[in-house]
Amino acid sequence: MSQFSRRVRAEARPFFLLHMILLLILLLPGGELRAEPVFPALTGRVVDAANVLSAADEAEIAASLQAVEGRSTDQIVVVTVPSLQGYAIDDYGTRLGRHWGIGQKGKDNGVLLIVAPNERRVRIEVGYGLEGVLPDGLAGLIIQRRILPLFKKGDLVGGIKAGVADIKDALLGDAEAVKARSKKPEKEDIEAWLPLIFLAFWLVPFVYFISSLNRDRRVSGRVPGGVVIIPTSFGTAHDHWQGPGGFSRNSGGFGGGFSGGGGSFGGGGASGSW
Amino acid sequence: MSFLAFRLRQMCAVMLVVVATTSLAGCGINNIPTYEEQAKAAWSQVLNQYQRRAELIPNLIETVKGFAAQEEKVLKEVVEARAKATSIQLPADILTNPQAFEQFQKAQSALSGALGRLIAVSERYPDLKSSQNFLTLQTQLEGTENRISVARRDYIQAVRLYNTELKTIPGRWWRSLMYPDSEPMERFTVEAEKTKVPEVKF
Repeated sequence: MSQFSRRVRAEARPFFLLHMILLLILLLPGGELRAEPVFPALTGRVVDAANVLSAADEAEIAASLQAVEGRSTDQIVVVTVPSLQGYAIDDYGTRLGRHWGIGQKGKDNGVLLIVAPNERRVRIEVGYGLEGVLPDGLAGLIIQRRILPLFKKGDLVGGIKAGVADIKDALLGDAEAVKARSKKPEKEDIEAWLPLIFLAFWLVPFVYFISSLNRDRRVSGRVPGGVVIIPTSFGTAHDHWQGPGGFSRNSGGFGGGFSGGGGSFGGGGASGSW
Repeated sequence: MSFLAFRLRQMCAVMLVVVATTSLAGCGINNIPTYEEQAKAAWSQVLNQYQRRAELIPNLIETVKGFAAQEEKVLKEVVEARAKATSIQLPADILTNPQAFEQFQKAQSALSGALGRLIAVSERYPDLKSSQNFLTLQTQLEGTENRISVARRDYIQAVRLYNTELKTIPGRWWRSLMYPDSEPMERFTVEAEKTKVPEVKF
């Protein structure tokens, strides 16, 4: 290594430090830890953690749920859990819905059908945005009249299918409302893009600096640190970054990968037990 | 080397500006007003859900009366508790005024208690229990209670964030420097959490 490049290395050190400080600011955890139950992973539109559905049933239900999202962008997820971990199913459902972020961001149009076979509890959890289309009273009726009679006979699969069919009917019943919901939200959430803008803001002068160094001094080879820093910082920041709604998922091409759109829940819905 | 040094100095200046602007936001100059607004929004949601509950009650009373008019005492209790809870004048500074906050909280939990007793009493009337109207109302009430507890939890969370910001270091400085009027907000106490309506079961 020539004496010259060592000097470049020494002079680049303050920048290295600067970047490390910036990185630290960027990566400081924004959220805080809360006492939450342990949730199953969101593996698809049907999360059968309690193992009550056959693969064929699962696929059938998932396909019909996907069709709903294709029409109205509403996300419905069916989940069976082996244990509610001591939480009331109402409480568990709201937390789970928020944890997964079911429904589109800004529309909050997610619905969960939660079945806890061991606690013999069932709940339809309704996102903020669908509380008008699927009010508590209606959700309660679906549970009382359609789901519970089948559950009481021991037919969990039938009850779940009947519940899904009714939820679908409720969501897609009003053609005008479906049309309105399937539109894109009017304003993009700029805040979600801020981290990217921020990154670009300090990346540009940095890259410019590196390239000008190369150009002016004809330093061949990599400038120490720089090439390594950029991908690392970007990669990590991206892991922490929750993209704006519709970024990670899009209506249409689901290749098995399904994720929540960032919707939120406020405790709407109804529960029942058998 | 002097050219390189010049370049370096120039770049340093650019970086300084970048760092200054970004770290000002990063150091939380905006945190206090941001968290304050979030807490206030969470509070509106709490009020909204209590209001929703109050609106359900007349219907519920009518339905129960139809089947169980003899339960006058319980019905009267609910009506009175509701009247009390809805007639409270909320001062503008309720969030930073412990007395007013406590008063509000007490009135609402008295209503919760009365409602809990009404639901418990209804269990004794099979006709009432199986009536479509009552079932729907019960579901709605249950849903509203659940929404109230979610809204309260969100509010507690928002206030915790805001109060912590006021008390911890960069926030404390910003407060004394720029937001001297920002006061810590009240939280719901555990006591009120305990007197929550007993879970309504079908």
